[in-house]
Amino acid sequence: MHRILLTRLAQGHRTNRMPNVAPPLPDRFRGLPVLDAKACASGCRACEAACPTGAISARKGLHLDLGKCLFCTACTDACPTGAVRFTGDHRLAVSDRKDLRIDSGEGLVLAEAMGKELRRVLGRSLRLRVVSAGGCNGCEVDVNVLQTIVWDLSRFGIQYVASPRHADGMVICGPVTRNMDLAVRKTWAAIPEPKLAFAVGACAISGGPYAGQKEQLGGAAEVVPVDYFIPGCPPHPLTILDGFLRALGRMPDQKTARKA
Amino acid sequence: MMSGNLARVSNGAALPLKKVPKLSPGAFRDCVIASVASGSRLVALCADEKLQLFAIMADDEAGILGMARTALSKPAYPALTPECPAAQLFEREMAEQQGLLPEGHPWFKPVRGHLPGRPGPDPFGRKPAEVLAGLIPFYRVEGTSIHEVGVGPVHAGVIEPGHFRFQCLGEEVFHLEIALGYQHRGIERALLGGPHAATLKMMESAAGDTTIGHTWAYCQNIEALSGIAPGPRASLIRAIALELERLANHTGDLGALAGDVGFLPTSSFCGRIRGDWLNLSALLCGSRLGRDLVRPGGVGFDLDGDRCLELRTRMEKAWAETQAAVNLLWQAPTVMQRFERVGLLTGEQAQEIGAVGPAARASGLRLDVRLQHPLSGSSQSLIPHGWDDPAGSGGDVFARAWVRWREMHHSIDFLSKAVSALGALGEGKKAERRDRPALGANQVCLSLVEGWRGEIAHLAVTDAGGAFSLYKVIDPSFHNWSGLALAMRGGQISDFPLCNKSFNLSYCGVDL
Repeated sequence: MHRILLTRLAQGHRTNRMPNVAPPLPDRFRGLPVLDAKACASGCRACEAACPTGAISARKGLHLDLGKCLFCTACTDACPTGAVRFTGDHRLAVSDRKDLRIDSGEGLVLAEAMGKELRRVLGRSLRLRVVSAGGCNGCEVDVNVLQTIVWDLSRFGIQYVASPRHADGMVICGPVTRNMDLAVRKTWAAIPEPKLAFAVGACAISGGPYAGQKEQLGGAAEVVPVDYFIPGCPPHPLTILDGFLRALGRMPDQKTARKA
Repeated sequence: MMSGNLARVSNGAALPLKKVPKLSPGAFRDCVIASVASGSRLVALCADEKLQLFAIMADDEAGILGMARTALSKPAYPALTPECPAAQLFEREMAEQQGLLPEGHPWFKPVRGHLPGRPGPDPFGRKPAEVLAGLIPFYRVEGTSIHEVGVGPVHAGVIEPGHFRFQCLGEEVFHLEIALGYQHRGIERALLGGPHAATLKMMESAAGDTTIGHTWAYCQNIEALSGIAPGPRASLIRAIALELERLANHTGDLGALAGDVGFLPTSSFCGRIRGDWLNLSALLCGSRLGRDLVRPGGVGFDLDGDRCLELRTRMEKAWAETQAAVNLLWQAPTVMQRFERVGLLTGEQAQEIGAVGPAARASGLRLDVRLQHPLSGSSQSLIPHGWDDPAGSGGDVFARAWVRWREMHHSIDFLSKAVSALGALGEGKKAERRDRPALGANQVCLSLVEGWRGEIAHLAVTDAGGAFSLYKVIDPSFHNWSGLALAMRGGQISDFPLCNKSFNLSYCGVDL
């Protein structure tokens, strides 16, 4: 008993200070990419050829679909002029799939909070059912880690629950395989209204590297109405938490809630 | 002892296909069965689209790998499983992928729930609506007092999907059947004709918690088939990343085992410390799961002196905290009482099913790719031996936990030496990126990597144009899931979460 208490003392207080202070990220972390069409050598299109998912296009300016982007270094390695680069900005969640398509010089329109009435019902207690539907256990790992003492998800009133009947929403990882189609639909149907759906990771948004494979459906939106899209492969836990908190209207940099 | 009919192969070395003896189907069958009977292990058994079968055998004690092949004239052959149980899942897989009927297979059920890629009848005789994961004729125990428990595919937690069907008498489990395939996204089918633009990313996400292990095996194949060498510095960085992956997952699992027996201090500390290990992978390459680090020809990121220093400092801190957290487990009689003599997998059973990795070592088997089949040019020989410790060979939950704990010590020893060795190799220069180099025609290459769950095996065969005519990915979980089923026999159904976690197998790594 004494040893347990001493170990507890030595381990100390570890919870980070979100939402007000984001924990530091590694210098090689790849967050929001920025495109600079002016720096782009016309007609080169090496980035397109290198991209494993067809996320980037260099036709008539530079365009990138963050829903397909795996945040790898294929385009930045391929580009001879540095027209594409990743920043350390972890904030990536959006509430409209179209907002993930960014152009040169453009930032990201981050997710809007849920509407006033929804916030009244779910704002202080959001229970989520996490469903892995063809995920590689990458997104699942970083969704799960939010429950540890570092992130302490429950201090925001957010909890993962075992039964969809107890849930206010669903978090989907993976491209939704054909073999999980029915299970995802049934889980969604079992969640009482009002409810939210979060698509976490490139697979759940676009099929990721599996887009086009006949064994999968191309993302969660093919099966359920998705309210929030959190890109990455996998998204950093900080990016996922930022997405959840944005849905709740809890991020200090957020404008007033508009989403109905 | 290995049959003389096999071609000797080395881990990660390409071989012209014509050097692999093409046996008659009968001789091929006899060769595999005789090798297994004399103590060799079936690493892989698979078929290409032209009904050419490949078998890989390992004599682990002697550090020898052997390969044989045969060509079938029709899509049916006498099953090997009755004489070689380790072949059971491989044969079912070939039936589902290539429509090959293993005649006399005693447990003939689909593996993943999809139709064969080759045209022809479905050997399982399924109607189109029945081609889905989990739709298999489950084994049933009959009797008035017997009850059946079905769990999944969606489980009560942040876990991948799978279906577990228990046959119980009260609390006692007579039989557990595990149905997978829910995560099937067609990786091996997509690899045919490759490598393609998305192939490297599919390998990184074959089992996303084993990114380094699978990607290394894949890159080793690409490098051997294209004649590129990654160089000692890149090899060492890969080995460092592999051990960090092992430390993160073992820490997480020891914490989760503590959680499953209600011992919250270790559970809560290890949940956090696992993140510290993952963050060291992110120090290397920006990704907690080691994405974009390993690539054909080398690594995407180098470690300079400052980064090595930071790695060492943070590693030592994380290790001290891990030791403090995990040692509480072994000192708690309540935990030991729940770990010991629960979920027993005997050495004989482990050998029979072809178990690998920590689960096999915990049942007393001596196999570890790093020691017995090391990649040439890698520094994995720096890993010390682990099986001189009799405490971790009883085959129960305790043994599986203890083996991981011992292995973590070895990983730390290795990392300590490897970080120093990296400094001595001088600064690395960034190599030009060659994700998809031209591959040699009509070659075969087997690459093995000891991932944190055990042996990861990737077999690549190229056609006359240098494209993959067969690419087989074998996650250690492929061998070990039936170990979990056996370990549950005669146990209590309430011990299932604990037993499951003690193996912690991959769903997506099997489903592919």
